[in-house]
Amino acid sequence: MLNYIWGGMILVSLIVSALTGNVETTVAAAAQGAGNAVELCLTLLGILCLWTGLARIGERAGFIRILSRLLHPVLSFLFPKLDRNDPARDSIVMNFVANLLGMGNAATPLGIKAMQDLHARNKKRGVATNEMCTFVVMNTASLQLLPTTLISLRQAYGSAAPSSIIIPVWMVSICSLAVGILASKFIERRTRL
Amino acid sequence: MNTLSSFAVPAVIGFFLIFGMVRRVGVYDCFVEGAKDGLQSLVGIIPALIGLMVAISMFRASCALELLAHLLSPLLSTLHLPPDVLPLALLRPISGSASTAIVTDIFSTAGPDSPAGTIASVMMGSTETTFYTVAVYFGALGIKNTRHTIPCALLADLTGILLSIFVSHWCLL
Repeated sequence: MLNYIWGGMILVSLIVSALTGNVETTVAAAAQGAGNAVELCLTLLGILCLWTGLARIGERAGFIRILSRLLHPVLSFLFPKLDRNDPARDSIVMNFVANLLGMGNAATPLGIKAMQDLHARNKKRGVATNEMCTFVVMNTASLQLLPTTLISLRQAYGSAAPSSIIIPVWMVSICSLAVGILASKFIERRTRL
Repeated sequence: MNTLSSFAVPAVIGFFLIFGMVRRVGVYDCFVEGAKDGLQSLVGIIPALIGLMVAISMFRASCALELLAHLLSPLLSTLHLPPDVLPLALLRPISGSASTAIVTDIFSTAGPDSPAGTIASVMMGSTETTFYTVAVYFGALGIKNTRHTIPCALLADLTGILLSIFVSHWCLL
C-alpha cells in the first residue's frame, strides 16, 4: 500500500510542480527532505536512547509483572470467556502494561505470546476469535503513559512546553480505546461464531 | 494542566531508578543495554524516513498539498483542521514512519507550539499504526480472516483523529 502512496505522492508533486512552474523548488525540497531526515535522527538519537535505557531498567526490575497484577480484574470484563487460570490472561495484561510504559520492544513479543495463547483454544484455524479481535483492537489504540519519542521531538524543535500534550493525549487515547473496545463488543454480540 | 504534565517526566525517571535500585538491578548496565536497542531501532528506520521525508517535502513544495487542501477545504474548515495536518490524519493508520516524517515537517515549518504542531502532536501520540499492528499480530499466527478487527480499529482511529482536533483546541490553543 505504501508503495503506491509514496510513488503517487512524488509523481503528483512532479506533475503539480510542472503545472505551477515550481519544478526547481520541488527538486530542492527533495534534497532538503533527505537532509532533514538524517538531522532528525541525530537530534532524536540521544533522548530516544535515554528512554529505551530507562525502560530497560523497569523491565529488568519486574515492573511489568507487578503492574499486571493490578489489572487482572479489568480482564474479566474484557475477556469474559477466559478461565481464571488461562495462560493468555498473563500475556494479555503484560502486553498492555508494556504498551502503557512505552516499552515497544517488550510489548510486541508479549502480544504475540498472548495471541498464541488465545489461538490455543481456537477451534477454527485461520479465523480470529472474539478475544483476538478485542485484543488486537486494544493494541491499535495504544494507550501510552509517556509518549517519549513525541516529547523528545517537540523538545528538539524548540517547543516552550514539550510535555504539555501528555494529558490531552491521554484523554484522546482513552476515548478512542473505549470506542474500539465497545465497537468490537457490540459486533461480538450480534455475530455468533 | 501544563504543570501536571511536566511533572510526569521527572516522576517516571525517578520511579524507574528507585524501583530498579530497590530490586537490586544493575541500573547502569541495564540502561546501556536498553540504549543500545534504541540506537539499533533508530538506525533501522533511517532509510524509510529519508524516503518518506523526501516525498513529503516535495508534496508540500510543489503546492500539491495546497491543491489537496483546497479541494477538501469545506471539510477542513468544519473540523478546524489546519491543512498541514491533513496528510497526517490520512496516513496515520497506514505508516508509522510516514507519520513521524509529517510531524517533523510540521514542527520544522510551523513549529511544535503552533496550532498545526499541537494538533499533530496530540494526533500522533494518541493513535497507532493500525494496519502494521494488525499485520504483526495476525501474521504471526497465519490468520487471514480477521473479522471485525480492522473496522473496529479504524473506528477507534477516526475517533482519535477527530478528538485530537477538538481536545487540542479545547485545552491547548
